[in-house]
Amino acid sequence: MFELLIKMAAIILSVSILISTYRVFKGPTMPDRVIALDIIGINIIALVGVVSVWLSTQAFLEVILLIGILAFIGTISFSKFIERGVVIERKRD
Amino acid sequence: MKINDVIVQTITKIVSFIILTFAVYIFFAGHHNPGGGFIGGLMTAGALVLLYLAFDLETMRKIIPVDYKIITALGLLMALGTGIGAILLGYPFLSHTFDYKDLFILGETELATALLFDIGVYLTVIGVTMTILLTIGEDDY
Repeated sequence: MFELLIKMAAIILSVSILISTYRVFKGPTMPDRVIALDIIGINIIALVGVVSVWLSTQAFLEVILLIGILAFIGTISFSKFIERGVVIERKRD
Repeated sequence: MKINDVIVQTITKIVSFIILTFAVYIFFAGHHNPGGGFIGGLMTAGALVLLYLAFDLETMRKIIPVDYKIITALGLLMALGTGIGAILLGYPFLSHTFDYKDLFILGETELATALLFDIGVYLTVIGVTMTILLTIGEDDY
């Protein structure tokens, strides 16, 4: 029963990632794609959690925090590039 | 247009310290658990990149007046020094050892010379990553 639930959760998260991938490819504007990539990152965090429960290991728990940090930094740099056209500014006016 | 970055700057001031703490944890966990110098250095560079994103190059040069190329050289010297030290004590190059010592607060702790090598890897990864990113960022646009 528990195994079935874990598999169901993994499948549902995979479907969610696939639907977000459709938005990445098809998104009319650039912010749509950035938000879709952020959603994919968060779904991957959940998938890693589900997989580490499935394999009953604690070795992947750092990966969860790592993907969260990387998705945060990536989304901030993308949004800064969209808004200003430059990622790291030389001098703030 | 007046630029206002108060949300991203306030969040950065909090989150960068969380990332730095996580980097130090994952660096010291590397001996018995997943982690180590490489990913710890990359996470530290990630925290620095977040600071560079929220603020600008001039401010960060005032806050952290460090040339990252010197950090790379320092890390490589430290990694080489562990090898040279083994030669000076009469063992083959890069021989490592460990011992259990009673530290002040931590109690009995395993101290390995592989940690010194890993500090070298850590500093080298920080230096190379930040040098690449800042060399690209300082370019004229």
